[in-house]
Amino acid sequence: MLETLQQLLWSGDLIYATLRLTTPLLFAALGGLMCERAGVLNIGLEGMMLGGALTAYVVALRMGNPWLGILAALFVGAITGLLFAVVVVTFRANQIVSAVGMNILMLGLTGVALRAAVGLSIGQSPAPTIPIWEIPGLAGLPLIGPVLFAHLPFVYLVFVLAGAMAFIFYRTTWGLAIRAVGENPRAAETVGIDVIRVRYATVVWSGIFAAVGGAILSIGYLNTFQEGLTAGRGFIAFSAIIFGRYTPLGTLLASLLFGFTDALQLRIQAFGVQIPYQFLVVLPYIVTLLALFVAGRSKGPAASGLPYAPGEE
Amino acid sequence: MTTPPFLQIEEITKTFPGVVANDKVSFDVAAGEIHALLGENGAGKTTLVSTLYGLHRPDSGRIRLRGKEITLRSSRDAIALGIGMVHQHFMLVQPLTVAENIVLGMRSPREPLLSLGPASQEIERLSRTYGLEVDPAAQVWQLSVGMQQRVEIVKALYRGADLLILDEPTAVLTPQEIHELFNVLRRLKAEGHAVIFISHKLDEVMAISDRVTVLRDGRVVNTVATAGTDKAALARMMVGREVLFQFDKPPAQLGDAVLNVRDLCVMGDRRQMAVRDVSFDLRRGEILGVAGVDGNGQSELVEAIAGLRPAASGQISINGRALAAFQPSDLLDLNVAHIPQDRQRVGLVMDFSVSENLVARLFSLLPFARSGFLQWKAIRENADGRIKEFDIRAPNSEVKARSLSGGNQQKVILARELSRAPDLILASQPTRGLDVGATEFVEGRLLEQRARGAAIIYVSTELEEILSLSDRVMVLHRGEIMGMVRPGEVTEEEMGLMMAGEKRMTAQEMEARQS
Repeated sequence: MLETLQQLLWSGDLIYATLRLTTPLLFAALGGLMCERAGVLNIGLEGMMLGGALTAYVVALRMGNPWLGILAALFVGAITGLLFAVVVVTFRANQIVSAVGMNILMLGLTGVALRAAVGLSIGQSPAPTIPIWEIPGLAGLPLIGPVLFAHLPFVYLVFVLAGAMAFIFYRTTWGLAIRAVGENPRAAETVGIDVIRVRYATVVWSGIFAAVGGAILSIGYLNTFQEGLTAGRGFIAFSAIIFGRYTPLGTLLASLLFGFTDALQLRIQAFGVQIPYQFLVVLPYIVTLLALFVAGRSKGPAASGLPYAPGEE
Repeated sequence: MTTPPFLQIEEITKTFPGVVANDKVSFDVAAGEIHALLGENGAGKTTLVSTLYGLHRPDSGRIRLRGKEITLRSSRDAIALGIGMVHQHFMLVQPLTVAENIVLGMRSPREPLLSLGPASQEIERLSRTYGLEVDPAAQVWQLSVGMQQRVEIVKALYRGADLLILDEPTAVLTPQEIHELFNVLRRLKAEGHAVIFISHKLDEVMAISDRVTVLRDGRVVNTVATAGTDKAALARMMVGREVLFQFDKPPAQLGDAVLNVRDLCVMGDRRQMAVRDVSFDLRRGEILGVAGVDGNGQSELVEAIAGLRPAASGQISINGRALAAFQPSDLLDLNVAHIPQDRQRVGLVMDFSVSENLVARLFSLLPFARSGFLQWKAIRENADGRIKEFDIRAPNSEVKARSLSGGNQQKVILARELSRAPDLILASQPTRGLDVGATEFVEGRLLEQRARGAAIIYVSTELEEILSLSDRVMVLHRGEIMGMVRPGEVTEEEMGLMMAGEKRMTAQEMEARQS
């Protein structure tokens, strides 16, 4: 028993899978974090991921090139973000209700679009996938090489992006503007910051980030697309922001925890432990719930979720 | 050739739907001048300076700066031209540091990278020059209100402001902080800055300004040199009629005791003892002033008597009835009126109409409700009567309380609370934030109630006001009674010492003044 546990945990495979599964989550979470810090609550990450996942799959399949799939996902992510921004920033609609609408819309739309694009033979057509990129020199290292340095390029990229986001938030004038807009948009406006523009930009970026997260799931890992492919990962990403206390580093760590839990449950399944698999599948979701419970009061930006009308007293 | 004045405002007109906020306003400000903009709430002061800061555009008129006509499309334009503004409600981002707040929205020398180090040095240099002590690394939420105001001033100076506009800067400050602010303004003036100082407090305007422009109903009444005028003249211009600074107060006609408080202790919000062993009596026809620096137990004391906060120990009895487990609804039976300190959150339902607010206490009783159904006709008739009686300036009784000015909101509360000829009136800072006219109105109504035989508790942090209105004054410091005095028998200095907790009357002295 103890030996099994040891094998389960002390294995490079588990770490490898953790990084792999954290990546799509973290992409979406970083996107969500960016607009959240500017005061726009984005529970629509789930829908945006789905849109990215489907677009990447269909384009990769049709064009025979996974990179074109990613490019298309970026584009669709930006469009979805723009649409969301129009609704919640310009028209000042309730951000939660709009995001829920967006999620339902994307769930339906991707299902329909899938059938329209590839017919009913769902899951039968594997798309070309993004290849693994072994980092020259590092991938050859004993033990850690194959675990850390033989991944999709996006896995390295997302960790770099998390660091870059921390740098942008705390070391640049853009980041300061984003933080100020999320906390007190009126104060930001009185010193000449264009609140609407900042919010648009961050919401569009959140769409792009989430779409890339989705694309990694479809053409990075699964080579296919199915309805509801993201299975709530957008919501878990949203939780990672809160559990991570609205900081890039915190969000990174929270995403790692959720990624690890997912990897662990898959591994327990693979080990054939006598637990019904349904219990294992829910494990990441339970951990998410527990994490939010443990996190207690994680205070978001003061103006989070509040529409802003420029120039009004 | 004469040089033109630093700032010239020429015939600025600004209308909002239904209101002319500024009507051909003209005046000028010189460099090295502190120019006061005096007017009651709603006279158009804030609209005018918002226009000057580019927050909205005038319908007509011109602004000239250093002789050149300028057009302001946004606050960014104003900042670029050297106009700085300290808003009444500070425009600071609470979780950010002082330095971050100050550089916010500005180009960094290392764009896009922040350069907070050099910025902090510059902030410290400005702080020293003008006596505005601020710590660039402190987070704003940790600072006192006075400190936050200094940050706002430094923020404007950091942007190179030659013209500094301060909108009601003293409203939130303690007397000590006001004194410090005035020193800063004098230093700014000495350095050649132009300052526009908005206020409705005559003493402050007299103390700090070189010239005063008085606004009333959106128009300039006059611009006068401060040295050549006095408070009475300014008040007349501001209100449009004579203003009484001294009330002609008849001697108190004391009746039976209405309120007895014995050894009362009350806990504050932070689980500290906010009121300690307070005992006093209050009789019909008497106004008992409660003086003290804000936050020394005044609100907790009033809330305990109003039944909004449980007593930790001790007794309160009203009209001889002891109140054990006190319910706010008892106030109705006991005929107690409460004019709460926070009129917008506690006193009114801001999104309800004036007529609804006027029956907020009585709506379940006849004639306003019959068998559980609201009687709208009676409610509206009641409102129309009160609006007339209390001179509430509202287009009609169905507008939301939110849309009224502060003074008129307070009148709605007074109209509601005083309509039932209460035996006991608890008035907590009833004139805070009100202009001269509204203050006079509130005080006049309270004196009427006193003459009718009501017992009144009057809490205020304005010493002058409390001494002119009260028959007796209780001074609180950290929840304890430091003294019980009669206004004629005490100097302001003695009061100040008691408020600061440095002087305390003996039990015998106080006993002699227990009515």
